[in-house]
Amino acid sequence: MSISRRRVRAIVRKEFREYRHNGNIIYTMAILPVIFLIQPLVQAFAAPASASATLRQEHSLLYLLAIPLLVPAGVAAYAIVGERLQGTLEPVLGTPVRRTELLLGKALAAVAPSVVVAYTVYALFVAVIELFARPSVASALIQGPELVAQLLFTPLLAAWSTWVGVGVSVRSRDPRNASGVAMLLSLPMVAITSLIAFNVIPATLAVAFAFALALVVLDRLGWRVASGLFDRERLIVGTK
Amino acid sequence: MNADRSGPAISVRGLSKRFGDRVAFDDVSFEIGYGEVFGFLGPNGAGKTTTVRTLGTLVAPTSGAATVAGIPLTPANGVEIRSRIAIMPESPGLYMRLTVIENLECFADLNDVPDAPARIAGALRAVGLADRARDVCGALSKGLRQRVALARALLPRPDVLFLDEPTAGLDPAATREVHELIDDLRKRGVTIFLTTHRLEEAERLCDRIAILKTTLRVTGRPDELRDRLFARTVTVTTLAPLPNPDLVFAGLPTVDSWRQDGATGYVLTVSDPALAAPAVTRALVRAGADVLTVGRSHHSLEDIYLTLLDREDEVDRK
Repeated sequence: MSISRRRVRAIVRKEFREYRHNGNIIYTMAILPVIFLIQPLVQAFAAPASASATLRQEHSLLYLLAIPLLVPAGVAAYAIVGERLQGTLEPVLGTPVRRTELLLGKALAAVAPSVVVAYTVYALFVAVIELFARPSVASALIQGPELVAQLLFTPLLAAWSTWVGVGVSVRSRDPRNASGVAMLLSLPMVAITSLIAFNVIPATLAVAFAFALALVVLDRLGWRVASGLFDRERLIVGTK
Repeated sequence: MNADRSGPAISVRGLSKRFGDRVAFDDVSFEIGYGEVFGFLGPNGAGKTTTVRTLGTLVAPTSGAATVAGIPLTPANGVEIRSRIAIMPESPGLYMRLTVIENLECFADLNDVPDAPARIAGALRAVGLADRARDVCGALSKGLRQRVALARALLPRPDVLFLDEPTAGLDPAATREVHELIDDLRKRGVTIFLTTHRLEEAERLCDRIAILKTTLRVTGRPDELRDRLFARTVTVTTLAPLPNPDLVFAGLPTVDSWRQDGATGYVLTVSDPALAAPAVTRALVRAGADVLTVGRSHHSLEDIYLTLLDREDEVDRK
């Protein structure tokens, strides 16, 4: 089965236009990451210079990987149930668009801004630390491998969280419930990244590789599962 | 579209849809030719919208068979069927924060419309909205939103256009505008499947109608249904009661029987009103009656609809 890029692009473009016309969506996406910044900033500015050796042994900034996990879940959870609620789903499903195309478009439109928000927040954090924290603390906190991990895992985690959100959205009747459930289902992955951040799971290259591989598989699986959960009739009539 | 137009645009054979124990529609059969405007009438909850959704591949039938735009209605053919039809649901379903043109651009891409800008401009002109392209849909009146939805449905130049209650909730002026647009589509040879419970709308716009109330009660041209359901009659009104009506009406050519309707009214059952009316008038004048009116009775589609459903309800009760 082929995927029409044009149809996927149509969905993505429509979603981006909605973001542009409704700035609140983007502002809401940015609130959670800003809250997530408070703890590491406090930690960085409160730490004495002597703490740099301890900080060097930790990977506390991996905790910021919770941002790409939690931000897209809420947006993606609205993707289908929101259209259903607005009454726009039936005209869309009346076109030749395939469910895989529709869901891929929705997912890309949720992943892209989430990744941008996560990268922007992380870049801001790094800039603030580099500019204003004690140099020894800054060099202890910001390490090359962590930067790479942040760059690599942000889109993978965002994609996973998006598929969880989309999967919930296709089976949900209420956007508020969908958002809550999607966030809840994203928590196990938040727990894993937190355990790595706090050194409970050792942050080795092998762990990183295995984690990345697992996420690639999960992201692919997420698309398939969400597409499998998509039932045109149930979404239109809401009887099953 | 390059559909094979040798067969019917839509052919439905024994189609049924159930949701658990609830029957949406049952054992429905009909055919619609290309270029025909087919009215699908019925009371609320009769199964009209579910029929449209089923033929539009949004809902799977429970049993029966159909072809839409020459393609068999099967889950595997969903994309192909949807690429040859367009559905305008009862609610316009527009993205209210987007402009008219942004809505149409989205659907032009979803329908893989070639030369989208020209098609969009053409669709906007067809519905008289060329000057409102940059308006946000949420700021439009209900009638204008309905026109945008119609423009959206016209974009793919469908072989079959499903219009589900296109004038529901519209004021008379907006309703007239939509009627004119449908008339225009008919002139352009678009096959239209129109569901409505506005009988005057169906009478004005449709070549043939079907009346659905879970099962299909009747299909045909309004004139045929009129003849099938009602005897042909001529009505007479005089200034004063006729002293001996039987003497006046009996034996007249084509008059089969007569009955009194009020003190000075008479309803004559005839085989050919065009022959009967002049003969009746002459007979009345010969009898010295003061004639007020002589005319053939007209039964509206509403009469047909109500008579038919009343009869069916009576049968159901028995």
